Amino acid sequence: MSNWLIYRTFWDLTVSGIVLGLIYALVALGYTMVYGVLRLINFAHSEIFMVGTFGVLISLTNVFGISLFEDGQYPYRSGLVLVAILLASTIAAMVVSGAGAVVLERTAYRPLRGAGDTYGAVVLAFLTGLIASFLFSDQIMTNLAISAVVTGPVAYGYVRIFRRGRQAPRLAFLISAIGASMAMAEAVATWGPEDRSVYTTPRVLEKQVLFNFFGADIRIDYVIVAVGAVLMMTSLLLFVNRTRLGRGIRAVAQDAETARILGVNVNSVILVTFLLGGAMAGGAAMMFTLVYDQTRFNIGFLLGVKSFTAAVLGGIGNIKGALLGGIVLGLAENYGSSIFGGQWKDVIAFVVLLTVLMFRPTGILGESLGKARV
Amino acid sequence: MSLTEAFRQRTAPQLQLGNRFRALPRPAKWLLSALLIAAFYLTPYWPDVPVLGWIINTPGTSFENVLTDQIMMFILVALGLNVVVGFAGLLDLGYVGFYAVGAYTTAVVTSGQFTLPWIAALPLSVIMAMIAGVILGTPTLRLRGDYLAIVTLGFGEIIRITANNSDWLGGPRGISKIARPPSFGPLQFGVLNAKPYWYLGFTVILIVIFVLTRLEKSRVGRAWAAVREDEDAAELMGVDTFKFKLWAFAIGAAIGGIAGSLYASKVGFINPDNFQLQLSILFLAAVVLGGTGSMYGVIMGGFLVAWIPERFRGFATRRYFVFGVVLVLVMVFRPQGIIPRRGAAAGIAQKGESDV
Repeated sequence: MSNWLIYRTFWDLTVSGIVLGLIYALVALGYTMVYGVLRLINFAHSEIFMVGTFGVLISLTNVFGISLFEDGQYPYRSGLVLVAILLASTIAAMVVSGAGAVVLERTAYRPLRGAGDTYGAVVLAFLTGLIASFLFSDQIMTNLAISAVVTGPVAYGYVRIFRRGRQAPRLAFLISAIGASMAMAEAVATWGPEDRSVYTTPRVLEKQVLFNFFGADIRIDYVIVAVGAVLMMTSLLLFVNRTRLGRGIRAVAQDAETARILGVNVNSVILVTFLLGGAMAGGAAMMFTLVYDQTRFNIGFLLGVKSFTAAVLGGIGNIKGALLGGIVLGLAENYGSSIFGGQWKDVIAFVVLLTVLMFRPTGILGESLGKARV
Repeated sequence: MSLTEAFRQRTAPQLQLGNRFRALPRPAKWLLSALLIAAFYLTPYWPDVPVLGWIINTPGTSFENVLTDQIMMFILVALGLNVVVGFAGLLDLGYVGFYAVGAYTTAVVTSGQFTLPWIAALPLSVIMAMIAGVILGTPTLRLRGDYLAIVTLGFGEIIRITANNSDWLGGPRGISKIARPPSFGPLQFGVLNAKPYWYLGFTVILIVIFVLTRLEKSRVGRAWAAVREDEDAAELMGVDTFKFKLWAFAIGAAIGGIAGSLYASKVGFINPDNFQLQLSILFLAAVVLGGTGSMYGVIMGGFLVAWIPERFRGFATRRYFVFGVVLVLVMVFRPQGIIPRRGAAAGIAQKGESDV
């Protein structure tokens, strides 16, 4: 991600900055919504984004059977086929990321809230079996078999422990998320076909320049990112503001305990929040691969940190703030790296954050999910 | 369930070793402590002890080097970070920055133009790290909770990138030929023998533990506890919260600086890649895994975080996967850490919200 975005002109920088900012914003939504309802940094959200990019990769190469090059050319598609492929890979990414987020919530968060259930216990038991089996065997099939056998009894034990229902301190959530994030990234790095190297995604969309804007090339993939991001964010805002479940989310964000007393199923609201955040990250993953044509096991880490920065910048827990923060961050990075040099890009992001927090300690738009401002 | 039962259930997992130790008569305490300290000084020889050796030895790498390059550093750093996170309750995700400042200070003043001895470089490193702590703390400590976390995370990254982009810090190539501690008598600090570094490092750890135990029980320690449990209430009771938070940052940073300085002189060569952001996260993992706020807990945590990936090197690339899963499992089943803080175990600070 380092030097690709340094263009010469101001408008070039602006356009690519906004595109990058929109991707940050979509990932930031996941952080901001989970923070809104649970008051915790979902550290593993970056890996939810990462598995989304692999969802795109798998749907393109394995489901549609598109290879990287066809007769030495990029495998461009056009017309309805292209639309179908793009839509399908978007859905694939959203499903993979959404499912990842739900599993994450069930295994790494819910038991810590003292509400662990059978699903979480089964996943945890399976993972326990898996890492224990490494002591005996190097063959992945043997490992899977061993862990499948022990999953049942271990999960039974775990459920018994979950019944005690103890609430963990806040830091425990953070460390659990860090562990989950590490495990997810390492699982991809270990068992993915290319291990730790970069995966290139097939370039199905020919990146034509549509029109010129003050000398800046507006490419078709930029337009898709902009339209897609705005669409996704609008529908998220509508969902949170207009639907019954959205009202549940706002209620839990305001006061989880009161919401529970008033009959809101807090656990399912939290699950929906994770699902939505995951789906947004999936959309972002699709756009990311569309623009940059690649992914890697650790691609989420830095992007996740930046997106969280964007969420904080705009005001954490605030959906519109995520959009604003993402764009401000994307632009600041682009302008900054053209002024000071690309190697200072990451420093600029954090200096902007520090400066903003100095004067507005709760971000540009302030904290809120559930308050009237959303 | 009666109150005593509840108490017993909470404390049962610790086997009440601490209480049993405290109940011993004074001479027995001294004797036991002396024996334990002697046993820990002999840690480099542990792999030769029959059963213990099989458990603790690290395949693929020499245990001595793991002990000095990893375990020693993680224990020191966990002790330092514990002051910030455990005592004062401030979430710091950029602790690696102070470690880097310590290491780089030692590197710059002992190699190249300046050739100070290591003994002179150590206090300089500590002072520089403390200054870094104050510089970071002054503008940011007004922020709370997760805002502080992300800003400190940024700080750690800024230090690393600055080192990477500055020629006088060696840029990406780093700095080599860093001075070693002065040898005297049988203690020869060289490349081949790691044992002297452990003797030195463990002595430093003992001093840090001693100072921190005193500090925790002092007025400063009580102020930290007040800030940790409820900052607003502390402020209202007349605790100068900002001042004490800044102290926590500075003292934590100083210990990070010591660790960095020791690390630099042990490995003799550092570059910005030694101070990745992920390291900060591992440091925090060490503190929380062991038990936030509990001195012996974080030592255990530091040991485990450094040792597990090396012990299971046979798992090759899978060891970080294993480590990630272990983190989740420990947090799910032992959220207060492996050795919880005594107050936390007795149920004083059970409110999830305030117990950051």
